[in-house]
Amino acid sequence: MPLFDQLFNFAHWLAQDRTEAEDLVQETYVKALKGFSSFQPGTNFRAWMYRILRNTFLTSRTGLKASATIPLDSEDGPELPAGPETPETILIEYSQSQILQTAIESLPIHFREVLLLCEVEEMSYQEIAETLSIPMGTVMSRLSRARRALRESLQQKLART
Amino acid sequence: MADEWTAKLETYLDGELSAGEMRDLDAHLRSCPSCAAGVISRIQIKRAVHSAGKRYSPSAEFRQRIRKSIATKPGVSPIRMWLAATAAVALLLIAGLVTFTVRQQQLQRRQTFSELADLHVATLASANPVDVISTDRHTVKPWFQGKIPFTFILPELQNSEFTLIGGRVTYLGQAPGAELIYQVRKHQISVFIFQNRNAGHDLGSGSSSLQQLSFNIESWNQDSLRYFVIGDASSNDIRNLADLLKKAR
Repeated sequence: MPLFDQLFNFAHWLAQDRTEAEDLVQETYVKALKGFSSFQPGTNFRAWMYRILRNTFLTSRTGLKASATIPLDSEDGPELPAGPETPETILIEYSQSQILQTAIESLPIHFREVLLLCEVEEMSYQEIAETLSIPMGTVMSRLSRARRALRESLQQKLART
Repeated sequence: MADEWTAKLETYLDGELSAGEMRDLDAHLRSCPSCAAGVISRIQIKRAVHSAGKRYSPSAEFRQRIRKSIATKPGVSPIRMWLAATAAVALLLIAGLVTFTVRQQQLQRRQTFSELADLHVATLASANPVDVISTDRHTVKPWFQGKIPFTFILPELQNSEFTLIGGRVTYLGQAPGAELIYQVRKHQISVFIFQNRNAGHDLGSGSSSLQQLSFNIESWNQDSLRYFVIGDASSNDIRNLADLLKKAR
């Protein structure tokens, strides 16, 4: 089954629950098979599958709840300037992946998904734009904000330990 | 200024800057310890997120359950499912390969045209832009004998707006070639001619025209030679000179 492991990982990050992730993946495959005739050859199959999964999540109870918490600040503005460099002492702590995973989990859903598609799935900005159905400019600004939020969350968590 | 570079570091590491911006930032990083440190810390975060993000795996039972549920779904036979999945993977691979190849070719084309634009500007800025000064093609062409490993045909310019100024030996990708300078009104135009296998950077076999750094460029293959016509003259002028060269016999 194409993309099975990747889709499950992404679904779990979105839903933050194994059973819900399994339901999402199952529904994604069923929808994909039913609508396979609507897939246009030559377009991006991976982005198509992820889009189905994400739309399925957004219409689920957890997804509706998560997307309702998206802040209203404009995302199409200029990208945020990068923050101060992270001290090396903190970088060493990144090896504590538990802290990093918790920091990713604590990101708002629209930051978490764009970060995971870029860093874990290694999608291009174009693919991410197709998957999330947003313009490329929004992908760039959202990614920039997601990274900044992750850095800040990490610094807070590490300061507490 | 440093802030301007810093803002681009993440896009740079994501491989999403244009070829020109990538080159500029590469050069900047060699001379800016602060940005170089910024790159290193961002790479570490990227790697850490990449590995921490691959956290969840489906259980074997779930995998089996999905296989079965899809296989037993009415109207969807296992063969059909297998064919659909195989076709999807094949499409994914083909689309990826095509995208990669097209991007590589575009990058190589841009690099070649950018180098030619540099050569053209360097020639115009030089105190001695040409090594053989003549408006007579029968003087300029023989001058190249023994200096480059091929010969070419220059067009008759009577009844045209173009004037031949002269020529010089030039290099692209360490291969020698001819650079001819033509004038049309107040514009100077460079015509570069290289052996096709050397000028290649895999530019393909067809003709192309485009704009690069405000210069108009025409390029084509003819008789195992690659021709480039580049200048700040209008695209019509560049095309007209290219047509004259193509018809030269």
